Amino acid sequence: MDLFTYGFMQRALIAAAVTGLAAPAVGTYLVQRRLALMGDGIGHVAVTGVALGLLTGTSPTWTAVVVAVLGAGLIELIRERGHANGDVALALLFYGGLAGGVLLTGIGGQSVALLQSYLFGSITTVSISDVLVTMALAAVVVVVCVGLAPQLFAVAQDQEFARVAGLRVRGYNLLVAVLAAVSVTVAMRTVGLLLVSALMVVPVATAQQLTRSFRTTLAAAMVLGTLASVGGLVIAGFASYHARVAPGPTIVLLSLAGFAVTWPVGVWLRRRQRIRAPFPGVIQPVGHEPADTHPHQHGKDCGHVAVPHGDHLDYVHDGHRHAEHGAHYDEH
Amino acid sequence: MSGQASDVPPVRLTSGTVAIGGRPVLRGVDLEVCSGDFLALMGANGSGKSTLVRALTGLLPLTAGRIDLFGTPIEEFHEWRRIGFVPQRVGAASGVPASVWEVVASGRLTHRRLFRPLSKRDRAAIDEAIAVVGLTDLASDGVSQLSGGQQQRVLIARALAGEPELFFLDEPTAGVDLANQITLASSLEQLKARGATIVLVAHELGPLAGLVDRSVVMRDGRVMYDGSPLADHAVHHTDYGESHAHHHHPDSSRRDHLPGVASPFEPYPRGGQ
Repeated sequence: MDLFTYGFMQRALIAAAVTGLAAPAVGTYLVQRRLALMGDGIGHVAVTGVALGLLTGTSPTWTAVVVAVLGAGLIELIRERGHANGDVALALLFYGGLAGGVLLTGIGGQSVALLQSYLFGSITTVSISDVLVTMALAAVVVVVCVGLAPQLFAVAQDQEFARVAGLRVRGYNLLVAVLAAVSVTVAMRTVGLLLVSALMVVPVATAQQLTRSFRTTLAAAMVLGTLASVGGLVIAGFASYHARVAPGPTIVLLSLAGFAVTWPVGVWLRRRQRIRAPFPGVIQPVGHEPADTHPHQHGKDCGHVAVPHGDHLDYVHDGHRHAEHGAHYDEH
Repeated sequence: MSGQASDVPPVRLTSGTVAIGGRPVLRGVDLEVCSGDFLALMGANGSGKSTLVRALTGLLPLTAGRIDLFGTPIEEFHEWRRIGFVPQRVGAASGVPASVWEVVASGRLTHRRLFRPLSKRDRAAIDEAIAVVGLTDLASDGVSQLSGGQQQRVLIARALAGEPELFFLDEPTAGVDLANQITLASSLEQLKARGATIVLVAHELGPLAGLVDRSVVMRDGRVMYDGSPLADHAVHHTDYGESHAHHHHPDSSRRDHLPGVASPFEPYPRGGQ
């Protein structure tokens, strides 16, 4: 247990917890707008930002923030003006960002190994000032994402309606893009730029297996993100006594494992809900169709699903809907 | 709800022209919608009826002409809470689950300030809007699990939640079965009884026909007919089918609109005395 007494581990735990909380908050709005890969696109653009920082000798975190915000704005601009779909805009940025980053690193004579610590994260090397910056940026992201949830939800749900409701749709779109860029750079140290999108999207995908409303999806995604982030770091920490285990990929894989576990549960829940949904009330009976010889007596505990249908119950089994009618059953 | 002076028409469009990509889609359209009107905007696909509604809601800029909403030029108009919009949609679902209540609540945004929770008044308006379209039992269900017709009713409830005076509905009956169309018609009937002004784009009126008290038929970006309600088949009459024989509807003077046949017992909201 002395793992937690190391200063680097304590700093890493704080950084992991706040990124795990902030990234899915923005991710929810990206998924809602069917732009799940936007985090990835911005992450690739941020590679150029990091390389620019390394080349000019300034802090790679801040150059990454600036370049990522510009890239996010550019994605919005291409989406709005360029007659290109969101995914095409993203693809353009993917390639440009990664190529620019690798090119600049080469020009600067930096080793790719240094760039790699940003590509895949190096959470155990964060300094105290890194932790403070991470906490501040994550706090901004969470406050805006939760506080402006009604507006951001409306804009992501239906842009035209939001515009007629008098909302500044372009401003809100840009806000989400900037928030995404900020969370990408926040998560850069935790899981790295290439895996950052996972922390934004996977917890949301996991949460929506079980939820029916937006608010619970948002809240559950933030909880799941924090659990995966801290859990992945702890697992990696203990495993590293035996082998070289990088925290970034561990966090992502733990998050995906959460999805893999929830998926069948979600399928089962939706199936159960569909089968138990009441049948629409009878407007006009189609006709009288008695069931074939039916020795089984349906009842409260007969084991078949009883579904309300107008003023009576239909028993659903083997693709039939049986309703009691005098001494026999009718097919409904 | 309609306590304002009725001499200011909610909508006044003067020689409105819209061009998309350099091609004229609306040409010199004049339209005045009076307070309490239930107007059906009809016409074939591509006749410009949806474009007209998009221009009137400010979604498309006019190339020429002017729009006044409640007496204010649309560029300076900020009272969006007075307007309810039901866009043309296949469904109400998006990438993340959302409950019926949440989608309808987003219609209340015109009354809310930033970073403030919903007030009691807001919640009451949202609950009432859901009740008007008859979805109270399904309020906490996810919208994506509803049928197409029910989703359309959710979108109408969303517009209702803002308690607007003027409604624009873009093809609310498209792809909706008859039972849902009837529910929809009764929701709109309640609105009409409260004195709301309604502009409805439709291909076929179906159960809504009885509510309409004015028909406007579009053809090739122009208004071909503006007057008392037309039956569905009359809209497709050959008189309106040939666009070049009737360049402009010459008669743009205001008509007295008699109430529709279906609501003979209701006092006409505007100037029935």
